[in-house]
Amino acid sequence: MRGNPEAHELIAPGSLAAVLHLLASEPGAWTPIAGGTELMVAHAAGRLTARKLVSLWNIPDLRFIRVEANSIAVGAGATFIDLRRNAAVAAELPLLAQAAGWIGSIANQSRATLGGNLVNGSPAADSSPALLAYDARIELVSIRGSRTVPYDKFHTGYKRNLLAPDELLFAVHLPRRFARHRGYLRKVGTRRAMAIAKVALAATALIENETVAEIRLGAASLAPFPTRLYRTEESILGNAITEETICAARTAVLAEAAPIDDIRSAAEFRRRVAANLVEEFLRELMKPEPRP
Amino acid sequence: MSSRWASIRFTVNGQSRTVHAPPMKRLLDVLREDLHLTGAKEGCGEGECGSCSVRMNGELVNSCLIPVLQAEGAQIQTVEGLAPAIDSGGALHSLQEAFLQCGGAQCGICTPGMLMAAAQLLERNPHPSREEIREGLGGNLCRCTGFARIFASVLAASTHAGSEKKPDAR
Ligand SMILES: Cc1cc2nc3c(=O)[nH]c(=O)nc-3n(C[C@H](O)[C@H](O)[C@H](O)COP(=O)(O)OP(=O)(O)OC[C@H]3O[C@@H](n4cnc5c(N)ncnc54)[C@H](O)[C@@H]3O)c2cc1C
Ligand code: FES
Ligand code: FES
Repeated sequence: MRGNPEAHELIAPGSLAAVLHLLASEPGAWTPIAGGTELMVAHAAGRLTARKLVSLWNIPDLRFIRVEANSIAVGAGATFIDLRRNAAVAAELPLLAQAAGWIGSIANQSRATLGGNLVNGSPAADSSPALLAYDARIELVSIRGSRTVPYDKFHTGYKRNLLAPDELLFAVHLPRRFARHRGYLRKVGTRRAMAIAKVALAATALIENETVAEIRLGAASLAPFPTRLYRTEESILGNAITEETICAARTAVLAEAAPIDDIRSAAEFRRRVAANLVEEFLRELMKPEPRP
Repeated sequence: MSSRWASIRFTVNGQSRTVHAPPMKRLLDVLREDLHLTGAKEGCGEGECGSCSVRMNGELVNSCLIPVLQAEGAQIQTVEGLAPAIDSGGALHSLQEAFLQCGGAQCGICTPGMLMAAAQLLERNPHPSREEIREGLGGNLCRCTGFARIFASVLAASTHAGSEKKPDAR
């Protein structure tokens, strides 16, 4: 049944400082709402349990994309349309720019925020694989100060993360050192059509002297939260890309991927798709670098 | 009931409006019930169909997913604002004209949202390719037309806009 708007309080203090003070004054009592494309859907279905909501929408301190000397900082309140329109993101973080175009329709992308996508923490979140492949760090903020952690430590379980009750996700920092890396992004299956399992892989690799000097494989839907495939990366790192490397990588993916799925065949299907995606990336790396 | 009602002010189709409503009331319901602008429709109520699409601060949004408090201070355009002078004998918007000419509307439920999505697309990209039209209208569902006539309408409106470029011939 549809939710009743009068059952929820919503306020918009308008500045980051005011929101942080509110969160600190009653830890756990207030739920942030940014673009609302998760929370308002829950509300429509009468599933929104939060009674007190505080709006982050359009707070300038959270909605920015800044190109700094060594990284690009994306505010948690930046929308996926903001990301798609940003020239620096398009040039230096093409996997993130491409993934931004996958977050539902244009109308969804103009409200959906990067922060909301990450804090919601769906195992299938579309921005996550690219952030993992680009070695993103995320900055959390509260009146106690700010702390920065590697993104791959942010999710701690199914829809669980490091945020303390008085904290907000403030920004995502993307290092500007991937210009020489080769990239890969592919998603298999659709988000809403639940009949087909979905797997997504974003990957970056640096090839030096015909061997893999760096590799990052960021995956969605292969664990209870978006995750790097560390053991698979290890099986590839330092090697030339040969049929043996590909074979070892496939074996590693099949062992490492642990999709949450009650229907076993679906989990098995996802593991195999993941192995195919890793293989596809490695085969692309075997080809000479495409000229821009 | 925990919610305190709020006075919320925004601009709709160029006119400043103030509504008194629960802050979590959906912008869609405020437009339809409080302001009697019934162009935007409710299809799914959860962001999937686009029949509630309006433009807010120059962006296409689904009004069913916006708590009205987040529209405070915003510039909103609904389908009623596409051809504001129509009631005093003014012309239709070129998109509305094209939908009429090309059979872009049948039952009409999706049409206000389609028009707003198309208006958004053409404003940013006056001469879109078929693929770009597909993407721009990708969040708007139609159960009647099979989409071909809608895409043709948008293409017609865009070529009408005085383009050198021919609609792509494929
Ligand atoms: C039709 C439709 C299609 C969609 N398609 C996709 C898709 O293809 N891929 C995909 O990944 N997602 C998709 N989504 C999901 C959704 O749009 C995204 O997850 C979006 O990024 C959520 O952001 P938001 O700002 O709207 O979140 P909200 O609904 O505002 O918030 C989501 C969660 O994040 C918390 N939160 C938000 N910002 C912060 C912050 N700065 N600090 C702490 N907590 C915060 C909120 O408290 C809440 O728990 C879709 C949704 C809809 C309705
Ligand atoms: S009613 Fe809003 S998207 Fe369907
Ligand atoms: S004309 Fe009927 S839904 Fe599109």
